[in-house]
Amino acid sequence: MLEVRGLRKVFQPLSGPAVTAIGDVSFQVGAEQFVSIVGPSGCGKSTLLQCVAGLLRPTAGTVLLGGREVTGPPDGLVLLFQEYNKSLLAWRSVLGNACFGLEQKPGLTRADREAEARHYLEMVGLGGFERHYPWELSGGMQQRVAIARALACKPQVLLMDEPFGSLDALTRFELEDTLLRLWESLRSTILFVTHDIDEAVYLSDRVYVLSRRPSRMISDTAVDLPRPRDQLASREDARFIRLRHQTFELISKEMATA
Amino acid sequence: MLAACLCAWEAWALWRRDLAAYFPPASEVMVELVRLVASGELAAHAAATLRRFAEGYAIAAVAAVSAGLCLGLWRPLYNLFEPLIELLRPMPSPATIPIAILFFGIGNEMKVAVTVYACSWPILLNTIDGVRSVDRLLFATAATFRLSGWARFWKVVLPAASPQIVTGLRVSLAIALILVTTSEMVVSNDGLGYYVLESQRAFRMPQMYAAVVALGIIGYALNRLFQALDHWVMAWHRGLTRKEEIL
Repeated sequence: MLEVRGLRKVFQPLSGPAVTAIGDVSFQVGAEQFVSIVGPSGCGKSTLLQCVAGLLRPTAGTVLLGGREVTGPPDGLVLLFQEYNKSLLAWRSVLGNACFGLEQKPGLTRADREAEARHYLEMVGLGGFERHYPWELSGGMQQRVAIARALACKPQVLLMDEPFGSLDALTRFELEDTLLRLWESLRSTILFVTHDIDEAVYLSDRVYVLSRRPSRMISDTAVDLPRPRDQLASREDARFIRLRHQTFELISKEMATA
Repeated sequence: MLAACLCAWEAWALWRRDLAAYFPPASEVMVELVRLVASGELAAHAAATLRRFAEGYAIAAVAAVSAGLCLGLWRPLYNLFEPLIELLRPMPSPATIPIAILFFGIGNEMKVAVTVYACSWPILLNTIDGVRSVDRLLFATAATFRLSGWARFWKVVLPAASPQIVTGLRVSLAIALILVTTSEMVVSNDGLGYYVLESQRAFRMPQMYAAVVALGIIGYALNRLFQALDHWVMAWHRGLTRKEEIL
């Protein structure tokens, strides 16, 4: 579905030497899979996602979506940001925000778009909040709006850049489960970037670990936890603990070799 | 407060009857104002002033917002125009009146041109700044949803920059009225600016004060009208900023 080959990204700052954010990264994401990328902070995770989303041009290497090279933001792929408060349109209602992506799809009437948007708002648990403005809602609810907005476009691939990074723990658990439920019913492909190892293991079919900058892929682990996942049972499962342990060790070692 | 000022004016003028020739009591001015309004004399001049104001302000709003959007979005264009903007901007606008007379004559066009010139600056600079400060993430959001250039402009850039554009428009509202009045004082045969100066030269003091009061009322009314529109259109921004204050 999604393939990244030999991706390299070098930034040239205004002054000083060039910074190699991504050294050499290759990986694949199968259709309908939930794949996470974890790594120490500053390892170029966000940069990687922006390259995959066609928002940044890689210095070298290619990104293939469904066999076609990504040279700009591709159809059927949406990137969801951590900073929902900056990414939502403050001048539009919740419903207006959820309609935003759909407005780019040809052949839909306003009524079609609104019906579609309402359906997804309902799915993320925001039924009844359509007329509110995003800034009237809590952080968790705002991120739900952003998720509904992205899913309403029915993307084949959803990229998520630390979407729950700025939420409190309880809200985060709740949204993780909402996301899994939606993913299971919509069968889309998700590439999820996080610095939270537990979150990556809990959500994913596969966890990739990135090294420090300039980043390379240092591990690729299949998560053999049964689905549907459960916040208590899955996290207490011996396999969860083992995977968490391995991944944690790997990243600690990586951070120690500075 | 307003009532207290009027009373003080009244008392001061009544106490110094010797100044009555150029400082009539407030009551006399108000009676004169009512008389001038009733006779339609003031209305004709006010209409001339308001028409110039509306033309100048509207042209400036459209032109300066458009130019500001282009300059704000396209850095090389801004770099090209920046020295010119920085040179012309601090120049006191009434200084352009003699030049405008040379180019546009002494009629309406001159007054409108001067008004356009003067009230373009706050709108232009605020629009440029507004566009520049649109969050990078909003552009990224527009890109990931594959918005075309136009859609991105109409649906993201313009609304995101609108609070600052409105700030520019509000500042220019007062400036427009100042420049219309000033240019009418320099050369004109109608309009409130002309009327104020003519009344003074003819030693019709209550009439002059009445015209000044009328200008004050017009300025106040225009500002209130603007506020009402702002209140209605920018409700989201008020809510957003109020929320941030609580946090």
